[in-house]
Amino acid sequence: MAGGRLSGEEALRLFQRADLLELGLLADAVRRRLHPEPVVTYVIDRNINYTDICISGCKFCAFYKAPDDPAGSLLSFDELGAKIDETLELGGTQILLQGGLHPDLPLTYYEELLCFMKRKSIHVHGFSPPEIRHFADLSGLAIREVLGRLRAAGLDSMPGGGAEILVDRVRQQISPRKCSADQWLAVMEEAHGLGMRTTATMMFGHVETIEERLEHLLRIRELQDRTGGFTAFIPWPFQPDNTGLAGRPKTSGHGYLRMLAWSRLVLDNVPNLQASWVTQGPKIAQVSLFFGANDFGSTMIEENVVAAAGVSFRLSEAEIRHLVRDAGFTPRQRLMDYTLVEDAEKR
Amino acid sequence: MDALVTGAGLGDLLEKMRSGERLSREDGLRLYRTPDLPALGYLADIARRRHNGDKAYFIYNQHVNYSNICTNLCKFCAFGKEKGSPLAYEMSVAEVAAKVRARLDEPITEIHMVGGIHPDLPYGYYLDLLRAIKEVRPEVHIQAFTCVEIAHLAEISGQSVEATLAELQQAGLGSLPGGGAEVFSPRIRALTCERKLSGAGWIEVAKTAHRLGLRSNATMLYGHIETLDERLEHLEMLREAQDETNGFLTFIPLAFHPKNTEMATLSRTTGVDDLRNIAVARCFLDNFPHIKAYWVMIGPKLAQVALAFGADDLDGTVKEEVITHMAGAETEQAMASNRLVELIREAGRVPVERDTLYNEIRVY
Repeated sequence: MAGGRLSGEEALRLFQRADLLELGLLADAVRRRLHPEPVVTYVIDRNINYTDICISGCKFCAFYKAPDDPAGSLLSFDELGAKIDETLELGGTQILLQGGLHPDLPLTYYEELLCFMKRKSIHVHGFSPPEIRHFADLSGLAIREVLGRLRAAGLDSMPGGGAEILVDRVRQQISPRKCSADQWLAVMEEAHGLGMRTTATMMFGHVETIEERLEHLLRIRELQDRTGGFTAFIPWPFQPDNTGLAGRPKTSGHGYLRMLAWSRLVLDNVPNLQASWVTQGPKIAQVSLFFGANDFGSTMIEENVVAAAGVSFRLSEAEIRHLVRDAGFTPRQRLMDYTLVEDAEKR
Repeated sequence: MDALVTGAGLGDLLEKMRSGERLSREDGLRLYRTPDLPALGYLADIARRRHNGDKAYFIYNQHVNYSNICTNLCKFCAFGKEKGSPLAYEMSVAEVAAKVRARLDEPITEIHMVGGIHPDLPYGYYLDLLRAIKEVRPEVHIQAFTCVEIAHLAEISGQSVEATLAELQQAGLGSLPGGGAEVFSPRIRALTCERKLSGAGWIEVAKTAHRLGLRSNATMLYGHIETLDERLEHLEMLREAQDETNGFLTFIPLAFHPKNTEMATLSRTTGVDDLRNIAVARCFLDNFPHIKAYWVMIGPKLAQVALAFGADDLDGTVKEEVITHMAGAETEQAMASNRLVELIREAGRVPVERDTLYNEIRVY
């Protein structure tokens, strides 16, 4: 609480013994220490999926289409261009670009995609460690080279997706064809080494144990100690409908807030914690601001992946600002790296 | 933890909550205004533990709204309709009995029955409703008619409220629900429900019921145009009445839902609002045994979180909730009792299935 680091042991005991309020009180104190100004940030962006065709077929995913599925598609550059134009008109500052692990697109395809996007002068927050690993596997190039080429073509930063739980026992069960925990971390380490900022995520509430959640947090913390490249951590609970793990119990609001608060306490070196209104809805997301979160994520002009699992909350910028103000904070629009956008004209 | 609450400037209130000392209106205002939501929760939790220990309650109940025809037509209501409106309906006694009969195979312990203030249903109809339900399900507890409806029944029967209640009790009435309280402030009532029974009138009916041995609940509709002072005035009036009669069982803060009402431009309450009202009520109403987080209005996710902010009751399985859903509630209209048990257990409480009077039917 005084700023000292929690050991793995201490963190585990805390989670097992502290109740929701205690975790909240502690996490809220940490948030206030890290962010003494009562500001809650958000970004205006759009999640564009360049393809839903995917060789990974993770069990928790309701979005992917197997390569032989005729319903699978690839976004044309024209459509992509139109979406970017719309985003810019709506005041968006970035595109979060992700897709399935496509079986045969060459690296040059992605380079062209990025060049095309950058002509529109928008920040590209793109791909994820599993995609990068996949590009490396397909092209036979090293991670560093793949990242270097993508960066040169216009990749500005990378989202922390595909992390799920950074423990191979879990990954083998739910996403056996996706990169391993070590590989995920290695991609991030390379990215940070090239000066790229990234986020880190966790998808919890499926087959993992609490100890495995802790291992995930500790691995992120350890890498952050070395590179300082993570801007934020975003945990959210698995949404079972329409997936290969359907029928599993849904994480409750209680479970979500406990995990969020715990993350804030363990990840003492990650500056920002995002609330997941996409999976939790506006009420719990707003309450999250008192359980360690200091950021409201994105206005999500478009979001397809979670929506495929039947969860589709929608929040406009005005609504986000209202919720933040109602909670006693000042809402500020930000960029990917958390610099604030001048908002002289916003109400 | 104490240090964190003291650090929020609430140290003196922490002392008061620990010693069980009553909070003043000023104290209540400070609690409403504190930006420190977890600290507020911590204070409310002290009171909750004192009143309810580890237990969190739910009930297996059935809602019946016998008619939506209403002469009050309050501005915050999306349910009430004028007689003759295409959406108006009224159920016959037989229809109500049939609804109860249709679910005889379920372990329902309470029928929760309210309706609009109907212009011409005769007094006998209401007695018949009670008798008919009792005939179908003799053991069930009937929680019916808000204080507003009771005052109306007294008027149309030409009797005192006391005599009316005694007669209804004879016919099977077990307790009164808490609706119709809204906000007691005359200013609010003049602006939003001028034809309705006054706040003072509502309290009088409740106290009369209590003196006859009928328990009742109390509500407050928040999140529209009321001020914090008006909320506290409302709570204080309830607290004073309870000091006199000790007849109230549960306080239920009700979140205003704007859709399809005459106040549709107002925004919906936020999660912070909802938790705040529950927590402040728990701290302030030191003489109320229970505080309900009504999941139909705030959603089951938030209702579960509310168990950490002072609430000890999640109400019931409900089914066919109409009033709030006409005003835009997006929650399901029923919740299975095993789901309620899970939610409560996960929140670290002992789930207890109760009857209307909080007798324990089953401890899970």
